[in-house]
Amino acid sequence: MAEAAPVLEVSGLSKRFGALIATDAVDLDIRPGEIHALIGPNGAGKSTLVAQIAGQLAQDAGEIRLAGQEISGLSVAARARAGLGRTFQVTSVALELSALGNAMLAVQARASGLWGFWRRAAADRRLIEPAMAALARFDLDGRAQVPAAALSHGERRQLELAMAAALAPRVLLLDEPMAGLGAGGVGPLSDILEGLKAETPMLLIEHDMDAVFRLADRISVLAEGRIVFAGSAAEVQASALVREIYLGTA
Amino acid sequence: MAEAAAEIAAPARRRLPEWAVNAAIAAALLAWPLLADAAGEPWWAGLAAKAAILALAGVGLNLALGYGGMVSLGHAAFFGIGGYVAAISADAAFSGAGVLGLPGSDRMLPIWLAAMALSALVALGIGAISLRTEGVYFIMITLAFAQMIYYLAISWPAYGGEDGMPIYLRNGFPGMDTNAPLDFALVCLGALAAALLLSWRLTEARFGRALICARMNPLRLATLGMEPFPVKLAAFVISAAITGLAGALYADLNGYVSPAMLGWHTSGEIIVFVILGGTGRLFGPVAGAVLYVWLETLLGGVTVHWQMGLGLVLLGVVLFGRGGLIGLLCGARRHG
Repeated sequence: MAEAAPVLEVSGLSKRFGALIATDAVDLDIRPGEIHALIGPNGAGKSTLVAQIAGQLAQDAGEIRLAGQEISGLSVAARARAGLGRTFQVTSVALELSALGNAMLAVQARASGLWGFWRRAAADRRLIEPAMAALARFDLDGRAQVPAAALSHGERRQLELAMAAALAPRVLLLDEPMAGLGAGGVGPLSDILEGLKAETPMLLIEHDMDAVFRLADRISVLAEGRIVFAGSAAEVQASALVREIYLGTA
Repeated sequence: MAEAAAEIAAPARRRLPEWAVNAAIAAALLAWPLLADAAGEPWWAGLAAKAAILALAGVGLNLALGYGGMVSLGHAAFFGIGGYVAAISADAAFSGAGVLGLPGSDRMLPIWLAAMALSALVALGIGAISLRTEGVYFIMITLAFAQMIYYLAISWPAYGGEDGMPIYLRNGFPGMDTNAPLDFALVCLGALAAALLLSWRLTEARFGRALICARMNPLRLATLGMEPFPVKLAAFVISAAITGLAGALYADLNGYVSPAMLGWHTSGEIIVFVILGGTGRLFGPVAGAVLYVWLETLLGGVTVHWQMGLGLVLLGVVLFGRGGLIGLLCGARRHG
């Protein structure tokens, strides 16, 4: 079986803070149509790894390629324009704007003319229509006019995803999208992610193991900055090593 | 962030619609000099001009401080630059000498253009450096730049040094007798109206959305593919140009410019207008400047320590009404 070329490819990525090796020669790739989960105990270096891929932190060594292009030298915004979408662990939508306003902001980056100084954005159909489509996709179209500050936690997480998806990225980095959702929210969100993965492959960082085992096509286990195990959900569940370092005895 | 969260968490009492409050403020501001003139009180018409000019300076700062979250303690630099442009240009026109090879002018329109252009240019330099810092460092570095310009003005004898320089005849405006208090007040109100229109359109446009996001969460904006830095720099430059225009009018109001216009007290006062009226509200600086001028006039007539009263009002606004006067009347701010 010929494997499709990876959309995102991380190789030999290393980052050191003084004596602490936060990322230790990490190799990781995301192929079209898959959800690749990254799991690991707290302090394993997941957030540091995501920060380097997204461009917030510069790596000490190694390469990050998006659709074959090296993106290490690019800023966060330039990486986003190149097709790297991202959601945050702590929900970070613009609270003063409505759900629609937030989604329009995401569309704005892609739509022609970022520098509109005069036309009212709220009346710009080139922004509204794609933004409403993005909201509808994540079941938020009924809440379009609600200020983001008044949305529930779960709705804000959906809005984060809607904004990331509205950018039509090549690949999505999801930093704990299930955090704080509760049992009732994880199921619907998992359905949404499953429906999205054919068009946008994802790197999923998540603590909810049920969701990870349900969604992930491949799982990489990070511990002390190194990828210590990679395999399918079944292989990870069967691995004594993973059980020992991550799942504990539970 | 904490401020925004606190504002939003406040109970959603039914308040007055913001457009109605804005319209009432606009109508009152227009009626003020007209009534004063009709009543034969030109001094009060002149006071309306002062309120409009200070409001204009605040409208400028509000773009940076209110919408963009850039707490500039250096806007006196642009206010003073505008003032000096007006005075130097009028002086050059009077003597026929010219400045830097350019002819002087005693007409307001070319003076305004020059004041705004020079303020914008200086803001481009100050902003490009200052915006690499954040928070208290940004406040300090903008203050430092403004103080540099302040000392430059003091040490430049050609333009009056510490004594400042006079404008013997108020600069002219087509179709208006700018020496008449009513006409001058109307010119100032016209400039204020234009700045408010620009500010409204800017903040409602794509640029404004990006600016609001750059204030609340710059990393989010970058993640959407938009660099926060140029958005904030553009807002800072436009903000400075508007405050520079206010400075040019202020010089004409007083017939005089001095380094005090460039001093950090002035920067602080402009910040007070914005906070008093409501940061990030279109008419916030207008409400703030009008209240300031009235407090100065009424309390100032009673005691030279009137600023103590101002301090108490400011304390009340900061403690009890984070949204300023407009926030008190209309509730928390919202953008589409």
